[in-house]
Amino acid sequence: MTHSQTQVFHHGIAAPLLRPNIDTDAIIPSREISRVSKKGLGESMFAGWRYLSTRVSTQGREPDPNFILNREAYQGTSILLAGDNFGCGSSREHAVWALKDFGIRAILAPSFGGIFFNNCALNGILAIELEEAEIQRLADWVQVDPRANLLQIDLAAQQILWREGEKTGFAIEPARRGLLLEGLDSIAATLRQEDAIAAFEKTDRERRPWVYQVPND
Amino acid sequence: MDPAGPEPRSRRLEATDMPATLFEKLWNLHEIADLGDRDCLIHIDRIFLHERTGSIALRSLEQEGRRVRAPHRVFCTMDHIVDTRPGRGDISLAPHGREFIEATRQSARRAGIHLFDIDDPRQGISHVVAAENGIVLPGMSAVCPDSHTCTLGALGALAWGIGSTEAEHALATSCLRASRPRAMRVNFMGETAPGVTAKDMILHLIASFGSRSGRGYAVEFAGPAVSALSMDGRFTLCNMAVEMGAFTGMIAPDERTIAYVQNTALAPRGPLAEQAEFHWRQLRSDTGAEFDLELEIDCARIAPAVTWGTNPEQMANIGGKVPSPDAFEDPQKSLAASHALDYMGLKPGTPLDSIRIDAAFLGSCTNNRISDLRAAANYLRNRKIAPWVQALCVPGSGAVKREAEAEGLHEIFRNAGFEWREAGCSLCFHAGGESFGGKRVISSTNRNFQGRQGPGARTHLASPLTVAASACRGYISAAEAS
Repeated sequence: MTHSQTQVFHHGIAAPLLRPNIDTDAIIPSREISRVSKKGLGESMFAGWRYLSTRVSTQGREPDPNFILNREAYQGTSILLAGDNFGCGSSREHAVWALKDFGIRAILAPSFGGIFFNNCALNGILAIELEEAEIQRLADWVQVDPRANLLQIDLAAQQILWREGEKTGFAIEPARRGLLLEGLDSIAATLRQEDAIAAFEKTDRERRPWVYQVPND
Repeated sequence: MDPAGPEPRSRRLEATDMPATLFEKLWNLHEIADLGDRDCLIHIDRIFLHERTGSIALRSLEQEGRRVRAPHRVFCTMDHIVDTRPGRGDISLAPHGREFIEATRQSARRAGIHLFDIDDPRQGISHVVAAENGIVLPGMSAVCPDSHTCTLGALGALAWGIGSTEAEHALATSCLRASRPRAMRVNFMGETAPGVTAKDMILHLIASFGSRSGRGYAVEFAGPAVSALSMDGRFTLCNMAVEMGAFTGMIAPDERTIAYVQNTALAPRGPLAEQAEFHWRQLRSDTGAEFDLELEIDCARIAPAVTWGTNPEQMANIGGKVPSPDAFEDPQKSLAASHALDYMGLKPGTPLDSIRIDAAFLGSCTNNRISDLRAAANYLRNRKIAPWVQALCVPGSGAVKREAEAEGLHEIFRNAGFEWREAGCSLCFHAGGESFGGKRVISSTNRNFQGRQGPGARTHLASPLTVAASACRGYISAAEAS
């Protein structure tokens, strides 16, 4: 379950998607999840907004030219500037897998849906919480010339570098930062605590025996 | 209780000198290790899976060569993709739906976990069957790769939704690494008016404080109006805690809770029953316990509610009107309202009860338990739905369906013009098969997101009673208005 670790330093095109409450159904509609797989979901990202029709022809789906990620200037976007509560709703991790497969490496938003926020860290996507006004400033600058006004994100220094050396600091919990930087296999790390888990269960079994007694079907 | 207990820690349940919140007690009961910086290693008593996200977790675990650590405490059901039309089998209308069902079945068998397959009498929506079978009991920790796992907080359990990768972690280790949330209590004060349901209470709360107001909090619902709710109503309330962004919701067990769980198949029996009951009765916030945040709702202000937008916070009372985006001071909320009204095809100032609907959906883990079906059926008795309305009733589990049929509710639904379905999530969301695409739907579900029930579908969330009344009139309607 090791994910590829996050780049310490990332620079790329940032696209503003500033409306609040962009939910995981919007990021990937359930109808797009057609395989028991984490792979190949980039085509499905924002499918409801990205394509003119839900039908797939032999030529693929026709992009909606009005959707920001379909515009020429935003081709190759790897950073999203988002509104409040980004990734709220369904726990489907496919939302994160789709973003990652599309090439999104970082998302900056005033707040995130809780499960989505965890899913990002576990898949090497950098989800950064920033003040709404700061995101708006970044968006205003990026929009002037998206292909030239790239954002640079330095995870080690916890800074976003933009306009002529301007820096925006961001906070990130040490555990999440470590997970992103080192690409830790958290299952292996927890399995190393098996003694503590077994000891807990031994004591807990005396305290709450019914929890551990489940009849077979 | 074991007097020796675990090693003494100041925050353990047994340390009764400090007043503690229900959440603190639940968290501390399961804390194996403090990992620093609010992160803890938390023991997971029960894991639930379903064929949509559980299949991928099980398969991924197999591919990594890892085993399920405690398979007898893991349960799996078919609810998300499984067809709900009468006479169903493995074939699902969702594209490749069968693949999800078969993959889940095979992985579940190999892993040796409990499986409630399509033909199993216990099959149903995970959050419904986990409660009604006594799989999750008060005081337990439970997770499922499904955001509405918070439903089970109504039992006084610590239950929350996770991603598939976290599910793999829980399966392999019986633990999760989790950041300790803060504690919030919402006090529902006073009494609700007749016709006001748990659904109206939770929609009112979300609209009052916003859909991210619960972010980072475990939310305890309390107060006289919560005590007055049936268990089914309490499940509805906790179900939508995630729609306010909360880590989870919970309600302290009381006599009603204990009577409910003692009536389940997997409730502790014999001497264990007494020990368990003693334990459950301690699961409440002590007098003087401190919360990080307390909110209060005056229940006299709650009326039958319906959403007009594409987020659950975009709600109004049915007697009201579609608001103008200009009415919101917060520019983000104003922008969101503008986008929402555009998608919903609604104009500001339109009376909500003048909005014509095409479909009515009574189902989902929010509102398809027996009390929900009874409330709707009671209204529908000797009534017919409007001729232009397509209406579905989908019970939450096989057990709910059998109970409803024993009471003759299915006949009431059918006579009124509703389809009577097999248990499952059904059209709470469009998985690529059945669809409310392009239709305006009054729905007892939890999410009115764009396209949730089909491409272009316009969802109005409401209580089962409002769904029934609206289906009959063909326009959004509170029950008393018809």
